Amino acid sequence: MAPVLNPSRSIALPYAAGFEACRADLPGRDLPWLVDGRAAAMARFSELGLPSQKVEEWKYSNLSALAKTDFTEPDRETIEVAREEVARRFAKRGETRRLVFVNGMLDGPLSDLAALPAGVRVLGLAEAMAGEGDLLKAQLDAAPACNGHALAALNAAFMADGCLVILEPDAELALDLLFVAAPSAGAAAYHPRISIAAGKLSRLTINERHAALGEHEYWSNPVTAISLGEGARVRHYKLQEESRRAWQTALTKARLAAGATYENFTVATGARFARNEVELVLAGAGASCELGGGFMLAGEQQVDNRLRVDHRAPECTSRQTYKGVLDDRAHGVFQGKTVVDQGAQKSDGNQLSRALLLSPNAVMDAKPELEIYADDVKCSHGATVGELDGEQLFYLRARGIDEATARGLLIAAFMADHLQSISDGRARDWLHGAVSEWLARHRLVGEG
Amino acid sequence: MLEIKGLSVSVAGKEILRDFNLSVGAGEVHAIMGPNGSGKSTLSYVLAGREGYDISAGSVLYRGQDLLALEPEMRAREGLFLAFQYPVEIPGVGSATFLKTAVNAIRKHRGEQEYDAMEFLKVVREKRDALGISEEMMRRALNVGFSGGEKKRNEVLQMSLLEPYLAVLDETDSGLDIDALKVAAHGINALRSPERAMIVITHYQRLLEYIVPDYVHVLADGRVVRSGGKELALELEEKGYGGLSGDAEAAA
Repeated sequence: MAPVLNPSRSIALPYAAGFEACRADLPGRDLPWLVDGRAAAMARFSELGLPSQKVEEWKYSNLSALAKTDFTEPDRETIEVAREEVARRFAKRGETRRLVFVNGMLDGPLSDLAALPAGVRVLGLAEAMAGEGDLLKAQLDAAPACNGHALAALNAAFMADGCLVILEPDAELALDLLFVAAPSAGAAAYHPRISIAAGKLSRLTINERHAALGEHEYWSNPVTAISLGEGARVRHYKLQEESRRAWQTALTKARLAAGATYENFTVATGARFARNEVELVLAGAGASCELGGGFMLAGEQQVDNRLRVDHRAPECTSRQTYKGVLDDRAHGVFQGKTVVDQGAQKSDGNQLSRALLLSPNAVMDAKPELEIYADDVKCSHGATVGELDGEQLFYLRARGIDEATARGLLIAAFMADHLQSISDGRARDWLHGAVSEWLARHRLVGEG
Repeated sequence: MLEIKGLSVSVAGKEILRDFNLSVGAGEVHAIMGPNGSGKSTLSYVLAGREGYDISAGSVLYRGQDLLALEPEMRAREGLFLAFQYPVEIPGVGSATFLKTAVNAIRKHRGEQEYDAMEFLKVVREKRDALGISEEMMRRALNVGFSGGEKKRNEVLQMSLLEPYLAVLDETDSGLDIDALKVAAHGINALRSPERAMIVITHYQRLLEYIVPDYVHVLADGRVVRSGGKELALELEEKGYGGLSGDAEAAA
């Protein structure tokens, strides 16, 4: 047998040099623990490198084009230039409080936090680094850790802005987070950090939107860490409609205490490559999570949904339901893993991946996995990939509906049922609108 | 209205219709009867334009046009309507949304003003009341969870809204009890008019007691083996299709 070479599990990167060049300009340089933390994170990332496809969790996604791109630091001036257009194109809806980030940097004039309810604290990350060092440290220390995660380490090294959201027990808040990518000199890379602590029995709804002013290239690498206290309820909705040339690698980590519930629904229509990674730990008895996703892709777009839910306590429930519509040469990925620890008896876990392929060149990779160490559990998983139903299509056309409209109705129907699972009515309408808009726009572009 | 000449159709290499001929004039109601497997449903699907049928010979002239050259939606817009034997369930597509989209597609094609939501509701309410279709049914997904009778009544509702020139009713009676059959037949009869023609496809004579045809054709082994007036249906009821297969072979 030929000798087996030790395969490289990572891609070598230029980011360490970039870090040396900019570390003095990063916020929080007065906080020794943060300065040390950044250096340690950079060292960890240099060790790990960008994951290659030899890493199991990344087997369906190739980051070598990302590695070859020369990214720049975001530039404060771009905000000044973009502010008016952002205000016009992304008008605030109703009374909701919101934070607006342009190229990863929080913008005060665009944001609105008027009259926060009692027991709620919201502040920008750079702001916290400047004046609330102790609070920030406590919050980051309490958040679920991101050890061993290369892109999260990169985020920890470079994080320049983001926000802290803190809810005291019983507090309630609805917050919109808008991330807008504005054109800048070169392709900017940014690493926002969102840190959320939802106290006992608190209620939080986050509507998070990622959009761009134009079809430029950039890399957004956000990390969101959420800790849910006993009986807390967090509803986290996300619309990812980045530029078609953008990279987005998003990681959301949450830890749930007993009786807490976390609902996440992500609609993705944008980006050249998007990684939507969710890692949850159901740490307390009776915690439950609903993870839903709908992705609609065309051209050469790729969305890689990677989920991991750990049942660590008894009587927890988890659901993962992802549906994708793929046209042209688009590529969808579902990697869902549910791990049930030995002590997590009476766990209820369910995973479902469904994809609708509109083109013979579209690809869906689905890998639902269950790893069960307890003996009294109810877990199931399934994956389907199919085309539009010819009988249904004919029935609609036989009533005078043209083929493109008929296809649109059926694709919308495929998603409509799924969107019904969104608990919050306002978020449901919002994400439903995004799906309809994609369909209308996609038909103008034409079938692949 | 419709002139079918020498039509031969096969499915997956098997010939289903052979040298089929039929002429339907405006205002006429033609019944096509025949045993299972005689080619009745194939005829309806070929007229409506479903894929998967290999037309090896013949022509179909519909209101002066080559019907077979038209896409299914164009056939519908030009006034051809197929009431499906098995209406398709479409989860996620609301009945009302579907109806409005279809009606407006056809109105637009005819150069008529498209209905807005209010006008459409009013028009639908009148038609569905006559067919005993509840508002609640319109709020459900298309044909999902509908009983057999509800599905067929929904087909008749669509027909009355789309106002076709030529309606092809494929076993609209199957799966209906006698009361539901009467309601459906009443709805269909209400659409009979001098400028509209119908082809009623059925296995049993029962439906023809309520929708009285001008002509009856018997289909066996893919071709018309006998044609006559409405009395032919009664004769079939009495003697069954058994006595006709011999005729078919003699004719072949």
